[in-house]
Amino acid sequence: MTPAEYFQRDREMQPPAYHPGYKTSVPRSPRQALLSLEQSISEITGPTFGHGDLGPLDHDLIKNYAKTGDPVGERIIVHGRVLDENDRPVPETLVEVWQANAGGRYRHKKDTYLAPIDPNFGGCGRTITDENGYYYFRTIKPGAYPWRNYVNSWRPAHIHVSVFGRAFCQRLITQLYFEGDPLIAKCPIVNTIPGLADIGRLVAPLDINAAIPFDSLAYKFDIVLRGRRSTLFENRLEGN
Amino acid sequence: MAQPLDYLQETPSQTAGPYVHIGLAPGAAGFSIFERELGWDIAGPDAPGERIRIEGLVLDGTGAPVKDVLLEVWQADAAGIYPHPEDPRHAQVAQGFRGWGRVITDFDSGAWGFDTVKPGPVPGRMGRVQAPHLNLWIVARGINVGLSTRMYFPEDEALLAADPVLSLIEQRHRVPTLVARKKAAGTYRFDIRLQGDGETVFLDV
Ligand SMILES: [Fe+3]
Repeated sequence: MTPAEYFQRDREMQPPAYHPGYKTSVPRSPRQALLSLEQSISEITGPTFGHGDLGPLDHDLIKNYAKTGDPVGERIIVHGRVLDENDRPVPETLVEVWQANAGGRYRHKKDTYLAPIDPNFGGCGRTITDENGYYYFRTIKPGAYPWRNYVNSWRPAHIHVSVFGRAFCQRLITQLYFEGDPLIAKCPIVNTIPGLADIGRLVAPLDINAAIPFDSLAYKFDIVLRGRRSTLFENRLEGN
Repeated sequence: MAQPLDYLQETPSQTAGPYVHIGLAPGAAGFSIFERELGWDIAGPDAPGERIRIEGLVLDGTGAPVKDVLLEVWQADAAGIYPHPEDPRHAQVAQGFRGWGRVITDFDSGAWGFDTVKPGPVPGRMGRVQAPHLNLWIVARGINVGLSTRMYFPEDEALLAADPVLSLIEQRHRVPTLVARKKAAGTYRFDIRLQGDGETVFLDV
C-alpha cells in the first residue's frame, strides 16, 4: 500500500484544550501551541486487533456481566459505521465503549453517586468493525448522573466510545448522546465543542427501523475518523 | 458559488472522563469482565532488544500529579520496525511484538510505569533518520482531545541532535521535555507536564 498522509485535524472544529466552563480543563490544558509536524511512519501506522483479542460476549453489555439475570433498564441496540473523512468505511478496527447503568451509576471504585450498582451490569464492551466498517452493541440505556463542576451539573445520558482506525494519528475518544435529551444543551463537557452542528454529530437518533420488536429500541451512531490523501509522502523528490 | 466538496468531517472528540478505566482497563476499575484485557504486554516475551522500564507522573498546571490518566504507547521494535502493514519491513517484525500498550496511573499517587524493549531508530521523511522514540497518547478527565507527544532516550545524543521532529522545536530549552532521564540500567524516568513551567511539547500529528 502507498504510504500517504492523513488530513490535518481540524482544530477549529474540535474542542479547545482550555474551556473554563469545564473546570477540570483549566489546570489540565497545555498553554503552548502544539508542534505541527509532517507525518512519518510513526504516525501513519498503529496497532491492529483481531477477533482473537475478543470474547464472544464482549459486544453484549446485557449479557457480558449478567450474574443472576438481565440488567435493569431500557434495552437498546447501538449501531453504526466507522468511516473516514473520504467517506470510506474503516474495516477491522477496534471500538470500545463504557457507560453508567440505567440509574446513572458506574461500576467503578471512584464513583460514589447514590444510585445503586446493578449486580448484572458491568458497563463496558468492545467489538471490531466488519469489512464495511459496521459495528453494533447491545446494552441498557444509561441514566443521567450528577458531577462536580457547578454544584448542580448533570451529565446527559451518554456512552463513552473509543476508536482506533488504521493509524495512531486517527485515535479518537468521544461520547454518544441520545436524541431528545434536554440535558445535552446544558452540559459543560458537550459545550466544549464550539459548533452546534458539530455537537449534533454526537447525538444518536432513534432508529426505529433497527429496533427489534418486543425486545430492544435502537440508536444509530456513525463515527468519522481522519481521512487520507492519495498522494505519496515523498512527492517532492530530487529537490523540487 | 461552487460545487460542494463531499468530504465528511472528523467526529468531535470528548474527554475520556474519570471512569476511562471501566472501558479501557476494567481490571483497574475494580472488576474483571474480559478474558483478555488489551494492552498489557507491549513487546511480548521473545522480542530481541534491550528490556527497559519507563516510569513517571503526569503533572497538572498546579504541579499536582494527575491520578486518572490513561496513556497509550505505540512504538517500533528494536530494529525500528512497526508491526503494521504499511511499514515496508513489517514482515520482519520481532516475533510476538505488538508495539502497543496502555497504562493507567495509580489512583493514590499518580505513578505510572510500563515494561517494553527499546525501539530502534525509525526511518523519517526524505531519507532522514528519527531517533528511537515512543509515541504517546494521553487522555484523562479534563483533556478534551487526546494529547500526542513523544519520548526519546538520553543516550542517543547524535541521533537526537539530528532528529527531524526535535529539530522543529524553536525554543531549544523545551527539547528536554521530550527526553527521558536514565535512572539506572534499563530504567527511565519521564514526567509529562500538561501546563506551566516545563510544559511538555505536545504534537499536532
Ligand atoms: Fe461518563
